[in-house]
Amino acid sequence: MSNGTSTSSISLNAIESAIVGRLKAAGIGFYALLAIFGLLAVLATAAGIHAMIAGHEHYYNVTREISWGVLISTYVFFVVTSTGLCLVSSIGHVFGVQDFMPIAKRSVFLSIATILSGFFVIAFEIKIPWRMAIYNVISPNLTSNIWWMGTLYGIYLAFMFAEFVFLNLNWHKPAVACGFSGSVAGIAAHSNLGAVFGLLMGREFWHGPYMPIYFIASAMMTGCSVILLFHIIGYKINGEKMKPDMQRALEVTSKIGILLICVILFFTTWKMISGLAGHPAGKYEAVMALIKGEYALNFWLFEIGMGMVFPLILFYLSRGRNLNMMLIGAVSMIVGIFVMRYDLVIVGQIVPVFHELGVNEYKHNLSYFPSLYEWVITLGGFGITAFLFLLGEKLFDGHKVEEH
Amino acid sequence: MFKKIDFDKLKNEGLENVPMKERRDFLKMGLALTGIFAGGTIFSAVSSFDRVFASTEEFKEKYPYKPHYAMVIYQNRCIDCERCIEACAETNKVPEGGYRTRILEHDAPDAIGQQREFIPVLCNQCNIPQCTRVCPTKATYKNPTNGIVMMNITKCIGCLTCQQACPYNARYFNEEKKAVDKCNFCFDTRLSKGESLTGCAAACPAGCRNFGDLSDPSSMVYRTVHQIEKTVWVMRPEAGTKPNVFYTRG
Repeated sequence: MSNGTSTSSISLNAIESAIVGRLKAAGIGFYALLAIFGLLAVLATAAGIHAMIAGHEHYYNVTREISWGVLISTYVFFVVTSTGLCLVSSIGHVFGVQDFMPIAKRSVFLSIATILSGFFVIAFEIKIPWRMAIYNVISPNLTSNIWWMGTLYGIYLAFMFAEFVFLNLNWHKPAVACGFSGSVAGIAAHSNLGAVFGLLMGREFWHGPYMPIYFIASAMMTGCSVILLFHIIGYKINGEKMKPDMQRALEVTSKIGILLICVILFFTTWKMISGLAGHPAGKYEAVMALIKGEYALNFWLFEIGMGMVFPLILFYLSRGRNLNMMLIGAVSMIVGIFVMRYDLVIVGQIVPVFHELGVNEYKHNLSYFPSLYEWVITLGGFGITAFLFLLGEKLFDGHKVEEH
Repeated sequence: MFKKIDFDKLKNEGLENVPMKERRDFLKMGLALTGIFAGGTIFSAVSSFDRVFASTEEFKEKYPYKPHYAMVIYQNRCIDCERCIEACAETNKVPEGGYRTRILEHDAPDAIGQQREFIPVLCNQCNIPQCTRVCPTKATYKNPTNGIVMMNITKCIGCLTCQQACPYNARYFNEEKKAVDKCNFCFDTRLSKGESLTGCAAACPAGCRNFGDLSDPSSMVYRTVHQIEKTVWVMRPEAGTKPNVFYTRG
């Protein structure tokens, strides 16, 4: 385990007693939080199973036209986060940049936790998930981005899991190999997720090469915010003082975060301008809904304000050292990014496909707002990430990284 | 390098001097680029003649399916009686709240003369379907014999990506079948049982929906599409799907 002793000398009993000891040492607050987040996950599971049995159409607000709702955007949010954690942390432990080394273990652990949360949410969004398990294997469609995304994320999860095991065993070389393979699988999977949207010919807001590229860049931006959030909270939970090398790791992460916020601001600017110039049919209406329509609050306050500008200012002012400022920036950024994913998925569907026909039925933008069940399952996804994070802090003793 | 031409000083040669061949080519180009003005909406930036590959000898030989099922909709003949929708629902057991075909309503209050028209829509059985490309499990596929886009409901995982990919909103999730459902030109319910028409075409009292084989020169569908005198168009040609549902007036 991570206490630095040689792995061969660790017996199962020793591991067991270490884990029991760590869990027993946790305070009541820790267990209360663990119970709350666990309960959220249980509630979400109950809601999801109930909706699945009684019929999604009675409990979800998705429609024929807006068939992808908050559960898809939450899935996207979680896999974006997971890919981002994997990519940002790989700078250190895969590509050898020393400054990033201390964040490796916790980030890899969280990338597993977040992708599991993503799978949890999507399992309740897909109408017949068990058929996926069968026919994805025996009837694969190689032109389908969904198929590639699912398959590659499966491979990605296996690599990340193996990497986490090797990191904890201090087996450096296989950990690097798995980290590298996981990063490649993650990039391939995640750009395929972008292509799920980007290659849809009839959906102008999404269509084009922008999506796969944007997805990767925004994953790294998200990765930075999540690394900052969970590392700072992790140290607060464990009540430990941060070592200089960890402080340095968070400082460089915040700087990479600043860079990536600028990249996404740049991307967003051109995305919006390209939707305005020449009034491209279908895209213009969607972009206008974001700029001054029904999604303007989401766009300006959450996406631009909380997601990018506010954290950019806080990260800059913190100089990478003021942890509280960085924590507030990271939380704000994560809230903003969640809304960013929501807008990306929903606004891509609000312009009816027959909008240009000028028919009475499709003159106006379509509307959608998540149902109670959809919200509960969404919160359950967050519950799983938080539950696993808290558990991981105790089980793996603060994910301390020893020198290789 | 190049000799400068002062256009202001050039003498107008007049149209009468343009050779006949060039005039014809120019007019053709205009026809292809002007687009089709249909009820106040530009449906296509280029003539449907090019878009659907109709009328050319090469394409007749290259029809990928036999029979190549298609439908021609005479848009101005639709009176919104909805018998097609009822026949479809009955034939194919379409549940309440879902539909395989519907009739859209277009109001043009400023138009001269007729100010309302009805536009029947259904699955376009595209030659390049988006839905079949995106399906992860091949639950939806293009029938290799007749080109109909079909569903294998046992493979449908309900991810609804096909619904997102369809530029015609022709798909819905059928809770009773626990799979996405769509128009298949009544293949399982009528065509495979010896009927020659789809349920909607058989029920249409106005001769609006015409079903037939696009590769059969004796078919009305063939004759309507393989001519250039009357405009024939398709829905959302920019989506690149090469539909097999054609629209015209007359």
